[in-house]
Parts: sequence; structure tokens; C-alpha cells
Amino acid sequence: MEFWFSEMHTDNVKASIRCEKQLYSGQSDFQRIDVFDSAEYGRFLVSNGSVIFSEKDEFIYDEMIVHVPMAVHPNVKSVLVIGGGDGGVARELSYYKEIETIDVVEPDELFVEVCREYFPDNAKGLEDPRVTIYNQDGLRALRTRHGEYDLIINDATDPFGHTAGLFTKEFYGLCYKALKDDGVMVYQHGSPFYDEDEGACQSMHKKAYRVFPICRVYQAHIPTCPAGYWLFGFASKKYHPLNDFDAKRWKKRGIQTWYYTTNLHTGAFMLPKYVEDLMEEAEERQKK
Amino acid sequence: MDIEKQKRAPLYEALERLRRQRVVPFDVPGHKRGRGNPELVRLLGEQCVGIDVNSMKPLDNLCHPVSVILEAEQLAADAFGAAHAFFMVGGTTSAVQSMILASCKAGEKIIVPRNVHKSVINAMVLNGAVPVYVNPDVEPRIGISLGMQISQVEAAIQENPDAVAVFVNNPTYYGICSDLRSIVELAHSHNMRVLADEAHGTHFYFNDKLPVSAMAAGADMAAVSMHKSGGSLTQSSLLLLGSGMNEGYVKQIINLTQTTSASYLLMSSLDISRRNLAMRGCESFGKVMQMAEYARAEINAIGGYYAYGSELCNGTSCVGYDVTKLSVFTREIGLAGIEVYDLLRDEYDIQIEFGDIGNILAYISIGDRIQDIERLVGALADIKRLYSTDTQDLFGLEYIPPKVVATPQEAFYADKEMLPLEQTNGRICSEFVMCYPPGIPILAPGEIITEDIINYIKYAKEKGCSMQGTEDPAIEQLNVLR
Repeated sequence: MEFWFSEMHTDNVKASIRCEKQLYSGQSDFQRIDVFDSAEYGRFLVSNGSVIFSEKDEFIYDEMIVHVPMAVHPNVKSVLVIGGGDGGVARELSYYKEIETIDVVEPDELFVEVCREYFPDNAKGLEDPRVTIYNQDGLRALRTRHGEYDLIINDATDPFGHTAGLFTKEFYGLCYKALKDDGVMVYQHGSPFYDEDEGACQSMHKKAYRVFPICRVYQAHIPTCPAGYWLFGFASKKYHPLNDFDAKRWKKRGIQTWYYTTNLHTGAFMLPKYVEDLMEEAEERQKK
Repeated sequence: MDIEKQKRAPLYEALERLRRQRVVPFDVPGHKRGRGNPELVRLLGEQCVGIDVNSMKPLDNLCHPVSVILEAEQLAADAFGAAHAFFMVGGTTSAVQSMILASCKAGEKIIVPRNVHKSVINAMVLNGAVPVYVNPDVEPRIGISLGMQISQVEAAIQENPDAVAVFVNNPTYYGICSDLRSIVELAHSHNMRVLADEAHGTHFYFNDKLPVSAMAAGADMAAVSMHKSGGSLTQSSLLLLGSGMNEGYVKQIINLTQTTSASYLLMSSLDISRRNLAMRGCESFGKVMQMAEYARAEINAIGGYYAYGSELCNGTSCVGYDVTKLSVFTREIGLAGIEVYDLLRDEYDIQIEFGDIGNILAYISIGDRIQDIERLVGALADIKRLYSTDTQDLFGLEYIPPKVVATPQEAFYADKEMLPLEQTNGRICSEFVMCYPPGIPILAPGEIITEDIINYIKYAKEKGCSMQGTEDPAIEQLNVLR
């Protein structure tokens, strides 16, 4: 029997994974959630037809969105994770002893439940006593917070679906307000490769660039993402992701990683020419 | 309302039957189910162009309904508690104009609140009726026009016992309702008809927690914008009749100006939307009310903004408030409503219904989701953070009582000359000037132009309101009577 999961990365590009079986399918108020088991990627979670993460490659994403800012900001005590109901980001954060609170804002309770059941290795991050889960809309949670966080991580991935509100100017503005004076925000920046993703990617940079004084983009190779290539945004009020990066300090912690290294940290900010051009174009447009 | 019967959609069903029959068309429209215009099919889809057909025996004819359209209209009448319902394809404008044309002739008087939609006065330009204006009270804090007080209507009736009808907005664009039941009682006791503009009141018919609908209040006619809160296609609308009306005569009036090629897309959308409202309207509008109330509370919690609600009810000029409306007074953050409207679209990719000098209105409907409400509220919070200013220089005046010296028809067709706006002070205007939306005239034909009005027009233009109504597209010149 041939049983394939396919996702359209563009109208003309389809990525397929051969599946062993479907483990779960359900519909929440926000999304359709499916879980499959596969030989190549292990279990993977699908929201409205798009792969959110797989057992095989989630480490890349979770490490890159957590360790990069944590190696820059010298003193992170309070963290807000928006989205992140799977627990992978919280798990990486839990390795840092100095962090006092991890607020996870995930509107979809069903998403958390499904991850707890099928992805216990991610979801164990949610068991850390410093974690509080808020089943709330991200924008709503942010509206009432002023100068409270050292680090905000936007873990939402889809700028067009039910998390569209987390890729808007108001979102970056509300994050700015919710951060302390030296706060850092990192966020999903999408994939820049295909034409139809290019515009979304540029508009994210444009919006963040006008809100934060420091705004840089970094990259990682994530096989289940469109074109296997993914960008993250680093927006900050004070710390520069390279000038204020302290490799020694980070290494001293002895955190075990499989993707992130302090060498890779610097390299991740070195972008291909076409991506640099995209970002510069967005910045130029913003200045006008 | 007979719920079993409401499950049917006769016009839609007839279109489905026709589709299955695969009839070969040798009639109009010439695109022949889209085959002659592939680009149109790509844009609208086969399903859509396939039912863009002409009147024919199995599909009835809107000019003289005898079968499926008549049935669909009867079901609509039953759903809305009316004696008869007409499907309208020229927007609610055509329904409003038909109400006026069916109620009064040249020289006859009709009592209207001045904050009516332009379509009301347009109809009077056509038939020569004479408006007797009731000047609405203005809410002192937010500057919007309220409804007609019963004492004001009574005074107008005393002064004009020869008037033939009273016209009521139910509700206004902002959601304000007058005491419709008392107005109906009063008008009927003086042998006057009551005509209701329910362009913004379709949902009143489907949830008891909303203000009373015109038919329930005993009004004689109501123009109902199904395409606004009812969910049908843009330009489709209903004209409802109470039991005292002559259905045949109203049909003749409608046919004076209505197209003889009514669109089946529009009509079937009315049929399906009526069914949907009858089956699920109560629940859907319950959700809309909840969403709007939630948004109101959240916007008020931001501070600076005032999202008003049923607290506006004062028992006289506002006896009911449509809580599905999300109107926000923005002037206390130092921005005109129209400026917030522009910021929302240009900076936050959010399109709202309209912004006027002091307010914005976001239209909440059966198609909204809570995450979109969060975006709107989030954007308003961010606008306050980034753009709020000192409120000093903002213009306060919203309602200027008009001085009427000629009927709309006399003024519109009179000998006139075009003058620069600044030189028109004291002259009689022969055309409309309005911001659109909301489409309530600042000046109507036959009214004296004053300094206040000139300043208001200049200010609204400067703030970026979309102005229209004049012959001069730039609204730098006005037509005035010689």
C-alpha cells in the first residue's frame, strides 16, 4: 500500500512524505490537526494541511529560535512564548537556570492536548514548573502587558492562516510595548525562496524594522519547510545579535545541542545575496 | 414563521433544476453560461456564470412574479413578518425610493429626520414631494445625530397635518433607534404612513434581544438591506409591506425604475440568505452581539477610545441601540475618525466601514471571527501608542440644522450657476454634498449655504473624507440657484 501525505508548497510544487499510518485527526475552533507516522521523519504534526514540525527536524527550529537570543541577551528572567503549544520551545528554554518565568500563550487547547499525547518529548517542556500556559489569543495577551518581558518568542508559523494576527504591524508594536527596555524578540520569518512566500517574508521585515531599532534576519536549514530553508527574525531594543553575542558565556552553560553551535550563531546571520537584497529592499521601502 | 416551509428555497431550487436539464441557450445573456467569455469564467467560476441567466418560464420574472419568485417572496414575507416582500436588485436605494414614490406625489409633504440617506431626498427630486425635516438631537460627547423624539414628530405633525407619511431610520448608520412603536401609533392616528429605512436593520428581524423591527412595530413599509447584515450579495435588497398597503400599486411603482433584466445571482442570493436567516439567524446574530460587546469592552479598556453601546439610550431621542454596531469615538486620542480609518487600512491592512470626523464604524457580521476582532483591537491599541496627539485643533460640529427654502425638485432643476465654495455663503444650494459613507447629506438641494457648512466641508475634505454629490468632482465649486 502506498500512503503519502502531500503538502503544496506552491501551486506548482508539492512535497510528499510516505506515511506508515495516520495517528490522529481532529478539528478545533482554530485549525484542523493531523498527526502521521512516517519512516523518514518519524511522527509529524500537520495544521490545516501544512507540516508544523516533525520528530526528525524539530530540534533545528526549536534550538535556533531559543539559543540565538539566549546567547545574546545577558540576563533573561521572563520569557513570553506566543504559539508554542507543542512545548519544544519551552523545553529548550528550560535548560536555562536563570529564567524565572516562561509564559506560553496558545489559544488552541486541542493543539496542546494532541502534542502532549503524541509528542511527549516536546511537551515535556510544558511540565517545567516555571511554565504557565495561557489559552488566549496572542494579540489579546499582549495588549495588557507593558515592559514585562526580557524575551518574546513568536512561535507561530503561518502568516496567512489562523495565526495571521501574529504577523501584523500591531503585533510587532504590542511586542515592543510588552518588552523591557533591553528586551529581545525573535520570530518566525518564513521561507524566502518561492515567489509567493517572498512578499510575506519582506513584509514581516518591513513591519518589524520600523518598530525595533535593531532588526536582523538569520537562517536555518529545516527540511520540512518550503524549499527546506527557513528564516528567523531577531528584533531588539538594545542588544545586537552579533556585537553583543557572548560565545564563552553561552558555552559555559554546557547545554547539549544538535544544531546550534556558537560558530553557527555567527554564520546564521550571514545571508545569501538574494535574501540580503530582499531585506534591503524592504528597508528601503520602509524609509520612503 | 413556518419553519418547515422556510427550509425551502424555491428560486434556488429552480436554478438547480435548470442546471441539470442542460438546456441549450438561444437567449440572453450572450456569454452563454460563460462559454463566450472564458476570462469571466476564470474570475467568477463556472457555477456562478452558469446561473447568470435570463428570465424564462421555469424561473419566473421579477417584473411580474407568478411562480418561483413569487413563492420566494412569500417565504421572505413570512420570515420577516410582513404582508408582502419584494425582491429588489437595485440596492436598498431602490427600495427606499419605491417607498417614497409609492407614498407621496408632487407637492405632498413627508416628515423625515434630516440625517436620512441621500436616496430619500433623491426620490423627492424625482417626484417633487416636500420634505418636512425633524432636526435630530446631537449626542453631546460624541457628536453623532440621534433619533427623532416622539415630541418632535408630534410637533411636526401638528404643524403639517397635511403630511402623508413619516420616515424613520431604524436604526441609523451608527445604530441609534427612535421609538418606532410610538411613532407608528401617532402617525397612524393622523392617517399618515410610516416608512422605515432598515438598511442597517436586517438582523432586527431575527433576534429578540435587538431593537424592534419595522414590521413588528406596525410600520407600513420597510427597506431592508439583506446584503448588509443578512449575508446576500451586494445590491440585493428587500422591500417589505405591512398589511395596509396595496401590493399591486407598489409593484407598479417599483417597475417604473427597476431593470427588466434582474440578476438571478442577486435574487438567488436573497432566497438562500432568507433561508439561512430563518434557520440560523437567531443564533448567528447572538454570536455577532457577543463579539461586538467583547470588542467594545476591549477597546474601552485601551483607554482614550470610546466604543459606545446601549448606554446611549435616553428614553427619548435614543430608545434602542443596535449592539452589533461597533462605533468608536476617536477624538480623545487626538485623531479624527477618518484618520484612524486611513491608518487602519494603510498601516494595518484592516478595512473598516467608515470613518467620519469623530468616529469610526467597524461592521461586525456573521462572517467575522474572534481572531480578526483581536487584530482590530490590537491595531487600535497600537495606533494610540504611535499616533495619538493633542486633541485641541479638532473640529467639533457634526450636525448643522439646515435652512430649507425650496423643495429638492425645484432646487435641483432650477436655473443655477457654479461658484467657488468660498463664494457660496448665503446662496441656495441646488445639489448634494455628503461624505460617503455614511451618505447623509451635509447639504441637500434647496438648502441655504452657511459659513458653518462651508467650514465643515473644507475640514472634512482636509481630513480626507471621501466627498461626493456635486457636479464638480473636486468639490471646489457648488451649483447654487441664480
